[in-house]
Amino acid sequence: MSVAHYFDTMGYGSAPEADKEVRAWLKTHADGFGHFIAGQWHAPHSGHYFEALEPGSGKTLGKIAQGSQEDVDLAVSAAKAALGPWQKLGGHGRARHLYALARMVQRHSRLFAVLESLDNGKPIRETRDIDVPLVARHFYHHAGWAQIQESEFPDHSPIGVVGQIIPWNFPLLMLAWKIAPALAFGNTVVLKPAEFTPLTALLFAELAHKAGLPDGVLNIVTGDGTTGALLVEHPDIDKIAFTGSTEVGRILRARTAGTGKSLTLELGGKSPFIVFDDADLDGAVEGVVDAIWFNQGQVCCAGSRLLLQEGISEPFIAKLKRRMDTLRIGDPLDKTIDMGAIIAPVQLERIKKLVEKGVSEGAELYQPSGTLPASGSFYPPTLLTNVFPSSTVAVEEIFGPVLVSMTFRTPDEAVMLANNSRYGLAASVWSETIGLALDIAPKLKAGVVWINATNLFDASVGFGGYRESGFGREGGKEGAYAYLKPTAWAKRAPRKPLPDVPQAIEKQDGFEFPDIDRTAKLFVGGKQVRPDGNYVRPVLSPKGEVLGEVGEGNRKDIRNAVAAARSAEGWGKVTAHNRAQILYYWAENLSARSDEFAQTIAKMTGDSKAIARKEVETSIRRLFTYAAWADKYEGTVHTPPLRGVALAMKEPIGIAGIICPNEAPLLGFISLVAPLVAMGNSVVAVPSERHPLAATDLYQVLETSDIPAGVINIVTGNSFALGKVLAEHDDVDAVWAFGSAELSAQVEKSSIGNLKRTLVDQGLETDWYDPKAAEGTVFLSHAVEIKNIWIPYGE
Amino acid sequence: MDGGGQVRNAPRPFDNGWIDDIRVNLSAVERRTSSLPGRRTVKNESQAAWLLKAITCIDLTTLAGDDTEGRVRRLCAKALRPVREDILASLGMGDCTIRTGAICVYHRYVATAVDALGDSGIPVAAVSTGFPAGLVPHDVKLREIEASVQDGAQEIDIVITREHVLTGNWKALYDEMRDFRQACGKAHVKAILATGDIKTLRNVAKASMVCMMAGADFIKTSTGKEAANATLPVSLVMLRMIRDYHERTGIKVGFKPAGGISAAKDVLNYQFLMKEELGREWLEPDLFRVGASSLLADIERQLEHHVTGRYSAYNRHSVG
Repeated sequence: MSVAHYFDTMGYGSAPEADKEVRAWLKTHADGFGHFIAGQWHAPHSGHYFEALEPGSGKTLGKIAQGSQEDVDLAVSAAKAALGPWQKLGGHGRARHLYALARMVQRHSRLFAVLESLDNGKPIRETRDIDVPLVARHFYHHAGWAQIQESEFPDHSPIGVVGQIIPWNFPLLMLAWKIAPALAFGNTVVLKPAEFTPLTALLFAELAHKAGLPDGVLNIVTGDGTTGALLVEHPDIDKIAFTGSTEVGRILRARTAGTGKSLTLELGGKSPFIVFDDADLDGAVEGVVDAIWFNQGQVCCAGSRLLLQEGISEPFIAKLKRRMDTLRIGDPLDKTIDMGAIIAPVQLERIKKLVEKGVSEGAELYQPSGTLPASGSFYPPTLLTNVFPSSTVAVEEIFGPVLVSMTFRTPDEAVMLANNSRYGLAASVWSETIGLALDIAPKLKAGVVWINATNLFDASVGFGGYRESGFGREGGKEGAYAYLKPTAWAKRAPRKPLPDVPQAIEKQDGFEFPDIDRTAKLFVGGKQVRPDGNYVRPVLSPKGEVLGEVGEGNRKDIRNAVAAARSAEGWGKVTAHNRAQILYYWAENLSARSDEFAQTIAKMTGDSKAIARKEVETSIRRLFTYAAWADKYEGTVHTPPLRGVALAMKEPIGIAGIICPNEAPLLGFISLVAPLVAMGNSVVAVPSERHPLAATDLYQVLETSDIPAGVINIVTGNSFALGKVLAEHDDVDAVWAFGSAELSAQVEKSSIGNLKRTLVDQGLETDWYDPKAAEGTVFLSHAVEIKNIWIPYGE
Repeated sequence: MDGGGQVRNAPRPFDNGWIDDIRVNLSAVERRTSSLPGRRTVKNESQAAWLLKAITCIDLTTLAGDDTEGRVRRLCAKALRPVREDILASLGMGDCTIRTGAICVYHRYVATAVDALGDSGIPVAAVSTGFPAGLVPHDVKLREIEASVQDGAQEIDIVITREHVLTGNWKALYDEMRDFRQACGKAHVKAILATGDIKTLRNVAKASMVCMMAGADFIKTSTGKEAANATLPVSLVMLRMIRDYHERTGIKVGFKPAGGISAAKDVLNYQFLMKEELGREWLEPDLFRVGASSLLADIERQLEHHVTGRYSAYNRHSVG
């Protein structure tokens, strides 16, 4: 086109980024990429390869190895061999390596950016200006954590060999999010990149090796889902970290259940984008562009549900449509585009089908009229209005450039609609009124909330979800715990099997003056209630004397208890000072009856009076500990590189089910209930199955301690059966199960319905008298969700 | 209607409702302007064309205490022939008349510039109303405008009284601007907001809207004399107000960033912003001007580089 033509039309023309260097690198691997294991390329054992394709054109970029059992074995054993020396290197030694990786990424930033754009189809602007700088930042930040690990995490140790499975939407960035913390804290890694996008991981491994990263510390095995499954099932893997779909996350939870492998999941979302009538509407329109048309909407935290206050709905939609008309879609390497290609034809089909379904359900479709490139997988920016919470497109994660829009009337209704989802990854709130914005943010069920912003990320700020968006955080200090374990827990040994239940001895008091019969009921919603089934179970001394009878709780009792706990959610909103006072009061009232509790414990367990008294005393001390923590386990203020802050708030998870161990019937109960209650959760606790009277005797103590009805519910009965019901209950947000290995496995396996958070002991007995193992932050960290609220500011 | 075929803006009744609900979020504005240069670019032929277009939008300016008639005549000569003929020919634009958008001077040199530019059609703009501080008596400001129009100025760049903005006295700003507009008669009026003085983007947005309501034909960022010159964030906010005003009234108001725009790549970013926020129409000199003195020289160097493939030097291009 001539200068005169452009002078007349004032069109942009095209401005493709050069790809010569990347093509040259691909050529050096023209025979096929191997796996990168122990510092070397390994051809796939099976000899099978598959093709890496360029979404923007459909053309082949290279041959990729399909990982088999032998390949995974080799990689895991390399990681295992490297574990000792890598840990021995110490924090400073590892910091030097992470620093070198950060520098390496910066040195080769354009190579990474162009390769990522080619392999994924996302615009070069995004890889160059967002992904790659965030990758470098992640290594810098975690070099720092390695450096100060010994002083900042003195009671924690690395987990071991970590298997990491990452998605195709941010291939290199997700690699950084996974391996930087893992390596910094002394773990070694086997990483499987997504089948669609393995290339930047392979380039990274090659350049990391050149930058001096020791062999075996980082191993890359490529392949499809079957390769990922092999990694997950490998017995020498200590932890799985996964980012991807909720569907696969569920499978991983089920497959790792009972294996003792730790697991963190970063899954899908249907994140709300809330615009109040006092927002900067033009600013919010640009926010929408960054929310749903960033990376073609293939973003787990994409703001895909637009919630507009009714009064501004019409002008906002008009502004949004005008803005959509100026979005340019084209060759990912073109520097004048806003959107590139969809990852693959299969994803394009999924998007098309869901949009068709939305339209068939009555949604109105808006797409700008521009043309799309003829070859490659492209889809236009799309807005669906006339959508309601009951519409399929308002519920399902589309993972494409498709925005659905709904309206609300009041702030309360905005919160209600925003939280009307199985997911809870992110949310965006737009209002120029500080009071409103800061009131809404804590009410949203989301791990990340952006105020007057969207899709901001930083290595210093934790990222991760509530609900079925997964668990665990990546980034910041909160993310460190995904790659560390409490050192004190390493000492735990398998529980000794309990002696058999003794034969019950009939009571033969004859004409001795009788005690008044005491029948322990269940404690639900602040009331003592009869068990639904109206059966009881006897509580025996070790010799078989019947000490009393407690209710035999069943699934309906759990249902009722969970309902009572749900209606006690206000507990999470009372002041921390108030919760502390009540825990102190509980301790005070327990103390007043300590002799009686000691007697009961001694009778049930056969322990000496001295040991039983120690258990009561330690329980009182533990209540004090959590009363103390109630207003001190606080959030933090992150300072990411922007004019503003990110507040890492510790929020209650919601409703927790607790299965108490048989041992230490009072101390075990309080050690598990108190941290959850201190942090504002409501609980349904199943006390020691053998020795439940220590808990049932607490009813009156609880009643006199001002604990609001429904905050602590107690259902006696069979631990395993009730544990399963609690783990399966989709309105329970967390389950802590301490007892047999079978119980742990069952709870983890049954938790997949709503992907509740689980804390289990895998049958390893905790020393409840050791404060390092049994109280404090190791438990508190499991009693909260961390929500990061990003607050950019400025006038 | 004026020469460009646009319906000219005219004062309309003051309406507080048009400014009450204006909200501007600084971080959101900055995010847009910082990501835009990564989203849009022009290369080769399109770049040359955009830079030529930019020349046609330049208000070639001299506003110095040591200005003289001779200085102004030299500038006018440059406005008439801003690019070397051989360069234009090599760009295939030899038949096209490329001239700057206007010449911008103090009142004293309006007559000189009008004479120097003859019947070229290049308008003369006069800075007025006690430029740059705008603190002379109101009636003196009106007489200054009338005198410049009398001398042949077709455009008047007025400065607003910043105090009206800083104290939130929007009605006073409106009255002042309406008086300026009326004093201009047929001459077009550009309202300089002095954004470096009024500081906040909310002030910028509200002052923009008030000035348009009072009949401004253009809104302009700066005098070039404030501590802070034109910036992309300030410009974005003003463009959004122009868009809102257009949506409310159907009237297209022009935009003029001024001060500190001296590199070709800077003016391209302003052009991208104009096109993305307002559309193709706002890239022409009837709706877009750039107040600049040294920008032209850099554009000439870029154009020669485009033609020869070699980096150019200032001394190869005539000064203005």
